Amino acid sequence: MDFPLDLLINALAAGLLLGGFYAVVTVGVSISFGMLDIVNIAHPAFIMLGSYSAFLLSGGLGLDPILASVIALPIFYALGDLVYRIYHVAFERRGQESLRGLAFFFGLLFVTEVGLVLVFGVDYRFVEAPYIGPSLHLGLVDLPLRMLVPFAVSVLLLGALQLYLSRTFIGRAIAAVSQDAEALRLMAADPVRIKRAAFALSIATASIAGALLIIIQPVEPSMGRDYIGRVFAICVLGGMGSFPGTLLGAILLGVVESLTSTFYGPSWSPAVAFGFLLLTLAFRPAGLFGR
Amino acid sequence: MRNRLFLFVALAVAALLFEALRLIGNEYLFFAGYVVLQYVVLATAWNILGGYTGYVNFGSAAFFALGAYSSVAVGKLVAVPVPVLMLAGGVISGVVGLGMGYLTLRLRGVFFAIATLALAVVAQTLITNWDFVGGSRGAYTIRPLVVPVLGSYVQYLFLVMLILSAVAVSIARAIERSRLGYGFATIRDDEAAAEASGVPTLRLKLIATTLSGALMGMAGAPLPYYVTYLDPASGFSLAYAVNSIAMPLVGGMTSWAGPIIGAVLLGSIQQAATVSNVFGNHPEINLLIVGLLLIIFVVAAPNGVVGLIRRRSQ
Repeated sequence: MDFPLDLLINALAAGLLLGGFYAVVTVGVSISFGMLDIVNIAHPAFIMLGSYSAFLLSGGLGLDPILASVIALPIFYALGDLVYRIYHVAFERRGQESLRGLAFFFGLLFVTEVGLVLVFGVDYRFVEAPYIGPSLHLGLVDLPLRMLVPFAVSVLLLGALQLYLSRTFIGRAIAAVSQDAEALRLMAADPVRIKRAAFALSIATASIAGALLIIIQPVEPSMGRDYIGRVFAICVLGGMGSFPGTLLGAILLGVVESLTSTFYGPSWSPAVAFGFLLLTLAFRPAGLFGR
Repeated sequence: MRNRLFLFVALAVAALLFEALRLIGNEYLFFAGYVVLQYVVLATAWNILGGYTGYVNFGSAAFFALGAYSSVAVGKLVAVPVPVLMLAGGVISGVVGLGMGYLTLRLRGVFFAIATLALAVVAQTLITNWDFVGGSRGAYTIRPLVVPVLGSYVQYLFLVMLILSAVAVSIARAIERSRLGYGFATIRDDEAAAEASGVPTLRLKLIATTLSGALMGMAGAPLPYYVTYLDPASGFSLAYAVNSIAMPLVGGMTSWAGPIIGAVLLGSIQQAATVSNVFGNHPEINLLIVGLLLIIFVVAAPNGVVGLIRRRSQ
């Protein structure tokens, strides 16, 4: 049996692009879970919300889906702000964030998903854009633009966020609150306000991630669930809250998933993400690139 | 001794309930009641681990579905009565629960919860790719039309589930008032301190995960005979996971009565909404109600209905 080399190269390339997209899906969780210790398992549901908002804006106004998601950013930021206010008053201040906070986000995940089913139904929805369809051919490799564009946007967004966190005042405050909230209080800064801004930022990224998702494939409301395992696997793999780690972890998972689905069939690929997660959690909880 | 007394009382209440429903004689009541009772078992089982020990399990659906699928697998090989299938399902899910217990060696709190979610998806993928039990196409189960003595098969399933709920609730109550229960509570409140004071935390956690998993598997075992057609998507439905978390939280996690209250309340609301068709053709609204109640209770009444009653009476 001769080894299908072109199949392997294409699977690797597809995995790389897929991984880039997974990075933007995960970056919100890297902020909320990795930096703020808020276990937002509802993040994938917010990403679905982002997909449908891109669907509405681009379908209704004829906008480019990515532009539409940028326009929707303030709405998602405000939503994140609101969710954090409820979370803080109901759980963080009472000191019950672990068990009941988890249940809260689980409920939120469920309500968002069911709400989307009620409004949009369970049919697959899609958007139209000039880059959905054509491919770039480089020798043996086919790079579909609908994967290449999300990859590029994702890398740009992660770079921008990294700059924001390391260069701006608020960004540095967010990094500080993730390290030592008490010390921040001693510096006369309000950690709660900064956490709120950071959480709102994490939800805002869901708008862009959602638009990229609906560019890559048609979406239906329950799809978000498939991403819960992925985002947490990547977040843990990448060492909780480090953006370069997130990107590397995402690409690793994307490549492994792509290889599995090419050589064993797509029905096995969900198990890969979650199996990865289980193994990482069990044997290397600090992540592959852990601090 | 009081535990045995409680079991007798629970079984007597169950017998009375069954006779009362037989007197009313509406077959639908058994049909809907079965679902509510199944949730009583699921919620009680979840609460043994989640409420008493403080470990959140998002993978209830996996244990439940593994119980159901072990019935499908065993039923394909030999014809055995449902109670035997329940034992088989309990053993399978109990063993998986034991494995999950060993995860707690490395994973505490949030990480454990995420791992259970991962466990559920891995289990679902395995079942989806296992052709013997139907794979993604699902499996049909042929059930007898009548059973001796009772007549109707649905009544028979109802009775089996009723007995299981009485037993499950008695176990939960017995744990609550035993050394075991106090051990669980120390883990929930401060695991490191418990370990430092000589509580055998690992053994206790393994007991909790195994028992909780086994009860969920037993609750799932009769499912193929109830629905007659089972596919992975419905067996592993997120609705089971959400309900088994929402019900103890809404009812109250600190007492054995909480999961019953929650299961009867939320289960009946969902059944009533399905039948009365108040929301038109949108069965999803049922689940929306459960999700909203979960959020409202967890924010506004953290100790559930039981907590509200206790506060009123003080």
